[in-house]
Amino acid sequence: MKNKSVIIIGAGVAGIEAANNIAENGYNVTLIEKENLLGGNLKNYAKLFPDFYEAGEVKNNLINKLNSENINVYNNNEITELFFENNKWQAVNSQNQKFLADAALLTTGFTVFDAKRKEELGYGIYDNVITSLEFENMYKTGKITTKQGNIPERIAFLNCVGSRDEKVGNHYCSRVCCINAVKQASEFKEIYPDSQAYCFYMDMRMAGQFYEELYRKSQEKHNVIYIRGRISEAAATLDNKIQIKSEDTLSGLPLKMTVDLLVLMVGIEASIGTNQLASQNEINGEYGFAKSKGLYGNDNITNKKGLFLAGTCKRPLTIPETIADAKAAANQIIKYLNQI
Amino acid sequence: MTKNKHYWNQYQKEIADDNYFYERSCIRQSFFPGSETTFLKILREELGKTIIDDPNQHTCTGIGYHSDVVPFDTTMTVCARLFSLMKDAGFKNYVPSCVTSFGVFTEVIETWQNFPEELEKTRNFLRKATGREFDIPNNIVHPSDIIYKYRTELKNKMKYQLINQETGKPLKGVEHIGCHYGKIFSKHAVGGAEFPQVLAGMIEEWGGEVVDYPERRHCCGFGFRQYLVMANRGYSVANTKKKFDSMQAYKPDFVLTNCPGCTMFMDRWQYTIAEMEGITYDDKKMGIPVLTYEELAGLLLGYNPWDLGLQLHQIQSESLLNKIGIKYDPKDKFVGKSGTFLGEPNKPEKLIVDYEK
Amino acid sequence: MKNWGFKISQARIIDLDKANTKMFEDLCLKVPSAKRCIMCGGCSATCTASNHTNFNFRNCNLMFRRGQFEGLAEELDKCMLCGKCKLVCPRGVNTRAIIYNMRIILNKMNYKNIEL
Repeated sequence: MKNKSVIIIGAGVAGIEAANNIAENGYNVTLIEKENLLGGNLKNYAKLFPDFYEAGEVKNNLINKLNSENINVYNNNEITELFFENNKWQAVNSQNQKFLADAALLTTGFTVFDAKRKEELGYGIYDNVITSLEFENMYKTGKITTKQGNIPERIAFLNCVGSRDEKVGNHYCSRVCCINAVKQASEFKEIYPDSQAYCFYMDMRMAGQFYEELYRKSQEKHNVIYIRGRISEAAATLDNKIQIKSEDTLSGLPLKMTVDLLVLMVGIEASIGTNQLASQNEINGEYGFAKSKGLYGNDNITNKKGLFLAGTCKRPLTIPETIADAKAAANQIIKYLNQI
Repeated sequence: MTKNKHYWNQYQKEIADDNYFYERSCIRQSFFPGSETTFLKILREELGKTIIDDPNQHTCTGIGYHSDVVPFDTTMTVCARLFSLMKDAGFKNYVPSCVTSFGVFTEVIETWQNFPEELEKTRNFLRKATGREFDIPNNIVHPSDIIYKYRTELKNKMKYQLINQETGKPLKGVEHIGCHYGKIFSKHAVGGAEFPQVLAGMIEEWGGEVVDYPERRHCCGFGFRQYLVMANRGYSVANTKKKFDSMQAYKPDFVLTNCPGCTMFMDRWQYTIAEMEGITYDDKKMGIPVLTYEELAGLLLGYNPWDLGLQLHQIQSESLLNKIGIKYDPKDKFVGKSGTFLGEPNKPEKLIVDYEK
Repeated sequence: MKNWGFKISQARIIDLDKANTKMFEDLCLKVPSAKRCIMCGGCSATCTASNHTNFNFRNCNLMFRRGQFEGLAEELDKCMLCGKCKLVCPRGVNTRAIIYNMRIILNKMNYKNIEL
């Protein structure tokens, strides 16, 4: 019975957590990752909201548990096809190599929105317009500077870049960017207390535990200035600063200012793998995400027998939510493998 | 600005390569009288193209339409009559000289494509009113698109480059695109609405450098009702001032435009701002010359600046001519085609119009 | 002088490059809770003065933050310092102290001589 197996596609937070849980129960796990390094999007972050926990520690704790002999990890393997045939789930990589198992778990996750698509914000045109991911990278190296190497005296964070935006086809909220902006603005002010941080928002969605507290602290301790309005236009000035325009919607007046660095809080989109593999199995939902059978108790199973889902391939989720979801998926998969 | 950043490349459009039907602008011939003739001359003599300049043409209703005077049904029917002239001539490629006309035509055609009943209605209106029939053009482009398309061919024929003769450095050009060129449908703009390339491409190809200043995308100040109603003119001139305030630090040598209104207002409002507030935007208190793309192409091809009509601009262009190294005779400036002296216009109080080296 | 029939319109934009936001920092030294305001408008909703005049404390607070002082002193005069707003504030902002101190700061800046 115990030689039954599962393929997990994507070794990010959800994939690794589920692999560990399933392997602990004695089943064989094939964990497949398209990149060289494991950890998925978690690799891109330095510290996590709302408690500034080291992202690297979360990642290492996950990966360290992968030493079970029941788990085979295949990195640098991009799965391009996933289908059920001859009573097996079959995953095919770009070199046409096949992986077979009794069940399959999609943990193909998300990718961040391509900020170039918001042309008016000048990303990819002006050096000092960066994304929240690039901010994380700078924070990791401990050097948050302009392209010219100067300490930013003024930094602005813009929320909802690629989220809640009909123009790019994404009506949904990415859920993590608001709190991420609060986190990054606070981190910035910890390093440069004499600089000024501005945060432009449509709504501040502080729905997680301790989010509101972090928001409040960012005002009280770090003097982060929140302006309710969407930046409509960014342009470089002669001295390589960025002039931004917005409405201060609470006063009803247009507002403009120049900042040294503009950080675009890029939203969450379904990854190419998520979109591709979900479509092949007719479980594609809205906006390219994968669709579970139902939200209430059926959120890890799909309309395809033996095909399971976990994590951000379904929708934007935080890391604790993803871990919990992966554990739930593992539970469902174990139950399924016991039955067949 | 955009030399190394090429993502605007995804916005390309089809520009027909010959056999154009030209439609003139309502206002350009009075304000910048050499431009349209120069365009026809460049196309026929430099590029060897066929282009029809039909004497029966008329307004597209653009000014009335954008001032809320002419209803859209009328606009569609008037546009249809222009298309019927093209049908008579046996042409398929429509080229309206004015950016607002270009915007009106693309809007009308888009409407017909999405609402075929509107097309039928327009056909009926035109039939009843004139007994005429029309076809939707195969290709509709702005003349600046054609000059952009053939910018390299023209460069090879040019006598001058956009290089400062004294310093050897590229001249700095501000490009200003009419709102109705790309902001109605970005798919109809070379380079899209945010980083249009139609004029930037000419400046860069012809040796100059494009200035990207923060208010580059801001309106020139025409705005139709904002100018046409006198009580609103303060808004019109304030917009132009905002642009010039923003570009001043970059010390541009010239402004290049592709829209009749933009050329008009960026040129004439410099005079108004100078007279009202004493502000000019260059070192010599002469203002920054504003050229149409036809005038710029004509200058670099070696045409006589006075044949191009540069003396009829508010901001005089001698400073730019000297920088490029263009030879001209100051004595010819106000001599008409017949060879008689036409007299000199009155001089402003604060803005300097007489060039002294 | 030539009569043009129109003047160059002034922009009604908040220009944060030019605005004096230092005064809000000074205010926060006196009333640290001012920083916590999230512009919910609870204060203006409960305000007795707002019921009868166009006085709006939330907006006054915001305009002060953004360094827009024109006409603000006159607006603040409409407040009766009753403190009802302080009771309703979800962020515990000392609204009454903010009004009092805004008046002092504006007075020092000669925006208007107010008798205190």
